[in-house]
Amino acid sequence: MTDVAAQPGNSNVASATRDTMAWDSRARRVMMIYLPLACFVLILLFPFYWMAITSFKPNAELLNYKEHNPFWISSPTLAHIKHLLFNTAYPTWLKTTMFVAVGSTFLSLFASTLAAYAIERLRFRGSPYVGLAIYLAYLVPPSILFIPLATVIVQFGLFDSPMALILVYPTFLVPFCTWLLIGYFKSIPYELEECALVDGATRLQILRRITLPLAVPGLISAGIFSFTLSWNEFIYALAFIQSGANKTVPVAILTELVTGDVYQWGALMAGSLLGSLPVALFYSLFVDYYVSSLTGAVKE
Amino acid sequence: MSVTTIPARTYALRQPGWIARLLDYKPFLIVMCLTPAIGLLTVFLTYPLGLGVWLAFTDTTIGQRGIFIGLENFQYLLKDPLWWNAVFYSIFYTGIATIGKFALGFWLALLLNNHFPLKSLLRAIVLLPWIVPTVLSALAFWWIYDPQFSIISYLLVDVLHIRSTNIDFLGTPWPARFSLIAANIWRGIPFVAISLLAGLQTISPSLYEAAMLDGASAWQRFRYITFPMMMPILAIVMTFSIIFTFTDFQLVYAITRGGPVNSTHLLATLAFQRGIAGGELGEGAAIAVSMIPFLVFATLFSYFGLARRKWQQGEAND
Repeated sequence: MTDVAAQPGNSNVASATRDTMAWDSRARRVMMIYLPLACFVLILLFPFYWMAITSFKPNAELLNYKEHNPFWISSPTLAHIKHLLFNTAYPTWLKTTMFVAVGSTFLSLFASTLAAYAIERLRFRGSPYVGLAIYLAYLVPPSILFIPLATVIVQFGLFDSPMALILVYPTFLVPFCTWLLIGYFKSIPYELEECALVDGATRLQILRRITLPLAVPGLISAGIFSFTLSWNEFIYALAFIQSGANKTVPVAILTELVTGDVYQWGALMAGSLLGSLPVALFYSLFVDYYVSSLTGAVKE
Repeated sequence: MSVTTIPARTYALRQPGWIARLLDYKPFLIVMCLTPAIGLLTVFLTYPLGLGVWLAFTDTTIGQRGIFIGLENFQYLLKDPLWWNAVFYSIFYTGIATIGKFALGFWLALLLNNHFPLKSLLRAIVLLPWIVPTVLSALAFWWIYDPQFSIISYLLVDVLHIRSTNIDFLGTPWPARFSLIAANIWRGIPFVAISLLAGLQTISPSLYEAAMLDGASAWQRFRYITFPMMMPILAIVMTFSIIFTFTDFQLVYAITRGGPVNSTHLLATLAFQRGIAGGELGEGAAIAVSMIPFLVFATLFSYFGLARRKWQQGEAND
């Protein structure tokens, strides 16, 4: 957050000094900055454009580049989306994914708020080590864990249930959120809590009435990050869920929609587009929080 | 009046008594606050990690408890050309993709650090590949790499007339390997760029002003100010990037599933194929465990190799 606020000031200073530089002519600036930037944006966005345009193209146009310009649609159609919504279990998958993402987000926010508060504010001997241990958990990649976790899930009788995902996703969400929230709690003056303690408030009252309201931006950042990560998660959802109805969107598109040798590119791309929209929308509402959580965590 | 009310009030305060006192008792509070997080991590992370190492030394299959067989799984892997192939491609994939991501990401960060209109909008757009589910963007790449209707082939053959035949992106080993790396770089650039941009913004402009007064060229300013100041952040971002590229699964699984002829298997996809799809849990776990030494080495290398500069400078800038 801080550098988002500080950045206009910085860049004004930078541009003021730059305007006085003789070598910085306009043509040079276009060549050195705008042209490469345009290339980057073009390449980074092209797959999305291609995804979007494919999902509205009728099949005849999709597979005939000779008569139709592939970069444009001459007769857009909603057939692929209609097929997706009414002939497949896509709405169910969306619902399952939403349920899993929301559930695991709340679970990890709950766990990591308490943990961050204990580590940062209830300071006890060894609290830095607990913080470090939780942080190290973030470095354990899911690819190493999914095979033994599958046996654990089977032991718990949770195989093929969305509950398994809600319980497992916090393993990579809690470390990040805790880490982020420790940073946020640090920025809240301790004197506020001391005042409340002197006034006779209990620790839990302090957490609920003082610390949490002040940490709302941090909670939002952590929440958005958790939501997008659990929406995007793939390997656990692939390994732990078997029945079609319980699959999450990324897994379902890949395993249920890719059938046979002739790929339904229109439907596949429509599914990808619809599956990306919720996170993209959610993200666009909270871009600044998201960027700050990403960069804040790096700087910590 | 006051004599009677005061004892009544203290009485009322103490009465809810033991719960409130327990909740204000610090050791209890600490344990209670840490239990959810530590509990979840222990049951679903630490325990499976240990269990995975144990499974690697057994011949467990799905539905059958294995017995301890010592190093047999690993001996088998050492003789397995597919495992060696996966090790090779994992290292190659991580190496090339990391270089590509950091070169392009650093460049993009430097570009975004300039002042121009619509800057925050651009920064938001740039992050999109990172936000969108990897599998879904991988599907888009799969379609872009289609042997017959690839848009890249169309551009090269029908628009620019550079080639006469379509490129077979995913049908032969080497083009498939590079196609996957390109997709990985595409997905990784935004994260690197935005993280490094945050680092660039912490560098004080006065350093550049001083260097400009001393007549430093643009390259010298980059080499002697930007680069050293970015080292600590580069070290952290690169450690993360290497860990998650080496253990990547989704991209390869979505686009090639390890094919053609197993040439693009990463260790993670091979572990999945043997462990979950093939049911050989013990062998799959052994493949997953075999990633750990590489990860530890890569982490130590990137972290200490880069972060070492920090204490050589004697600076505490984090």
